[in-house]
Amino acid sequence: MASRTKPHTSDAHLTTPTRLTGAEIIWATLVGEGVTDVFGYPGGAILPAYDALRKFPIHHTLVRHEQGAAHMADGYARASGKVGVAIATSGPGATNLITGIATAMLDSIPIVCITGNVSSKILGTDAFQEVDITGITLPVTKHNFLVNRAEDIAPALRHAFQIARSGRPGPVLVDITKDAQQASAIFDFAAAKPRPYRPHPMLKVEPSGLAHAAELIRDAKRPVILAGHGVMESGAMEQVRTLAERAQIPVALTLLGLGSFPASHPLNLGMMGMHGEAWVNHAIQEADLLIACGMRFDDRVTGSTSTYALKAKKIHIEVDPAEINKNIKVDVALVGDLRAVLEDLLPLVATRDGSAWLKTIDASKGAVAVRDIKNLPDSGHLYAAHVMHDLWRITGGDAIVATDVGQHQMWEAQYFHHEQPRTLITSGGLGTMGFALPAAIGAKTACPDKEVWVIAGDGGFQMTAAELSTIVQEGLNINIAIINNGYLGMVRQWQEFFYERNYEATPLVSPDFVKLADAHGICGRAVHSRAELADAVAEARSHNGPFLLNFMVEKEDAVYPMIPAGSALHEMIRRPGKSPIVESADDKL
Amino acid sequence: MTHTFIAYVEDMPGVLTRVASLFRRLNINIHSLTVGHSERPGLSRITIVCEASAEAGHRIRASLYKLENVVDVDDIAQAPSVTRELALIKVAATPKNRSQIFELAEVFRARIVDLAPESLMIEMTGVESKIEGLIQVLNEGEDRILEICRSGKMTMRRGHHTSRVLRAMGAAAEDNAESGTEPPENLEAGAAVEPQ
Ligand SMILES: Cc1ncc(C[n+]2csc(CCOP(=O)(O)OP(=O)(O)O)c2C)c(N)n1
Ligand SMILES: [Mg+2]
Repeated sequence: MASRTKPHTSDAHLTTPTRLTGAEIIWATLVGEGVTDVFGYPGGAILPAYDALRKFPIHHTLVRHEQGAAHMADGYARASGKVGVAIATSGPGATNLITGIATAMLDSIPIVCITGNVSSKILGTDAFQEVDITGITLPVTKHNFLVNRAEDIAPALRHAFQIARSGRPGPVLVDITKDAQQASAIFDFAAAKPRPYRPHPMLKVEPSGLAHAAELIRDAKRPVILAGHGVMESGAMEQVRTLAERAQIPVALTLLGLGSFPASHPLNLGMMGMHGEAWVNHAIQEADLLIACGMRFDDRVTGSTSTYALKAKKIHIEVDPAEINKNIKVDVALVGDLRAVLEDLLPLVATRDGSAWLKTIDASKGAVAVRDIKNLPDSGHLYAAHVMHDLWRITGGDAIVATDVGQHQMWEAQYFHHEQPRTLITSGGLGTMGFALPAAIGAKTACPDKEVWVIAGDGGFQMTAAELSTIVQEGLNINIAIINNGYLGMVRQWQEFFYERNYEATPLVSPDFVKLADAHGICGRAVHSRAELADAVAEARSHNGPFLLNFMVEKEDAVYPMIPAGSALHEMIRRPGKSPIVESADDKL
Repeated sequence: MTHTFIAYVEDMPGVLTRVASLFRRLNINIHSLTVGHSERPGLSRITIVCEASAEAGHRIRASLYKLENVVDVDDIAQAPSVTRELALIKVAATPKNRSQIFELAEVFRARIVDLAPESLMIEMTGVESKIEGLIQVLNEGEDRILEICRSGKMTMRRGHHTSRVLRAMGAAAEDNAESGTEPPENLEAGAAVEPQ
């Protein structure tokens, strides 16, 4: 375990203006912003900052690739709700961050990335390891700064934190030249405070809009709440739940919304969209009112927009005015912070009897519920769905799960039921393979007392597998489940359905992951059948230290149901009849 | 439809890129873009003219506001406003055929601002169609036009709509149906009142 205690330095400089080097100002500002952990990788242009690190009470996790640093900062932010911080050097260090920054951008995750750059005198000369990183990251950051004077560092960083966490959160990059780090300036934390936060001028929640929304809710016969990531970001879990319970409205969740409404709640329908359960998408298509809370009608949840929920009036509660009427035209837009809007709306909402509609939805589950996964024999095979289901049961659903991208990600979303917000960490918007392992490291750093699982495919795991060393160096107790199907499974599935089973470039040779873990000093075990599963998971959980399970699952299984991209939400591909795995409707722990 | 946005932005390096980059990201072609100092210290005023669907206006304005350095955005749309463009046109002309161009300039209310032995420069301010008209006529003869420099459109709402007033009114910029004062009768001699 890397030491977390440092010679305690006085933080008098936080209260008294003090002359510091630019490098020291970086850390002093982070400390002032409440940062305790950063993820980074050194290099020439950021070396002055690294040299000053030892004087400050900040723990630095050395990553193995800067993409990992950005994902760790991201996982840290998703698990804790705090701003994550990643650090890299100029040039290749900075460009390696980009996938991670874009991942955070598309999922609205607050991170601050700090990069070094060449000295200001040689900016723009194609100097060694110089890239225009503020130019490159412009479209994938909420904002970015190029700082070339020591006195500008603290104001830029403080402004960056404000931007990252305010409104609709997102990544901010601060690029600091080497000479700015080496020069000195008076550090005055209080004076570096950014100008007051300016809410987006087009936020608009009018009493008439609230009244109209309340009326629609009152009169609706078949309402559905669509809960997205914004529920968590705005901390509106209680308010959404109150609305659902008071007006007896079922709740469908987006992938990033999972956990924002308890999975076990009787009003929880489950995940909507491309791999959502049939009854969820049917309910949306049949609804006469959709109440969209902190979600953006992404194409993965709407399918074809021209056939989406045509019978429904739509209320959209959203903090980003640019999302209103972007994909789906709505009848009432309440543009503001979800929690605040719901607090204003709830007094206008009376109790309602929703039983008829709930019964209709329940009846539509019928056939599916009978074929519950837990009653089905595994016939000696190991199905990924069983792995998710059993992992959920054994952990009591009480772990933080970081998934990668692919089939396993969808199976996790379907079969691992999340009760609590911030327990599913997954790349939804960008769909970034390689995300799970570093994101889990970030999550574990933020929540050292929580059980943390990585669930990754054999493909995606290899994209960032080098971070296994980071786990070891940091002494992190993280469990890793590799869903090993020998394929880039999700792509193979598309080839199966839409490209006449032409499995071009999807069969995948992998190392023996247990040996790979062993080479890192991490214990592991392969699992070939469901019979071994519980014991293997128990071993991983009780083992003191990280543990890797290599689940050798069925190779050519597919995620069902599936709405082909661009099709209507009710036009889904169902699991062929006699297949042993089906959707489960009424799982209880 | 044609959209015209006025953006007040902080006058600092890189801000224009951020604005332009937004349009690139939305896959919208910018017809014209003019930038200059505004009545507000530290803020530049940008006029952006682009072609996009009617519904796109809201999203573009909202997205512009999401840029950290953008302070105010007005979507002119159909609101009563004055739009002008400045053009400098260099024309080949010898003392022999100058007078013909002088006459043309007179008709178009343009000015001759430079005279050289073999060329002259015309300055013209007006709506786009007027400038295009002059260019067309100049092009009718032999190859007379040597150089054209056009500023792109600048637009200002009619009536007492300063950017500050607009902001205070909040909703006004949002709802363009609500008009300012009636456009006064041809204030400026020869200025065509915009058809819209
Ligand atoms: C960085 C990146 N490259 C490519 C893709 C396209 N892609 C989506 S899912 C997938 C297959 C993932 O395979 P694996 O990690 O083995 O997971 P599985 O689907 O088999 O569970 C691919 C290649 C992606 N999402 N991200
Ligand atoms: Mg795979």
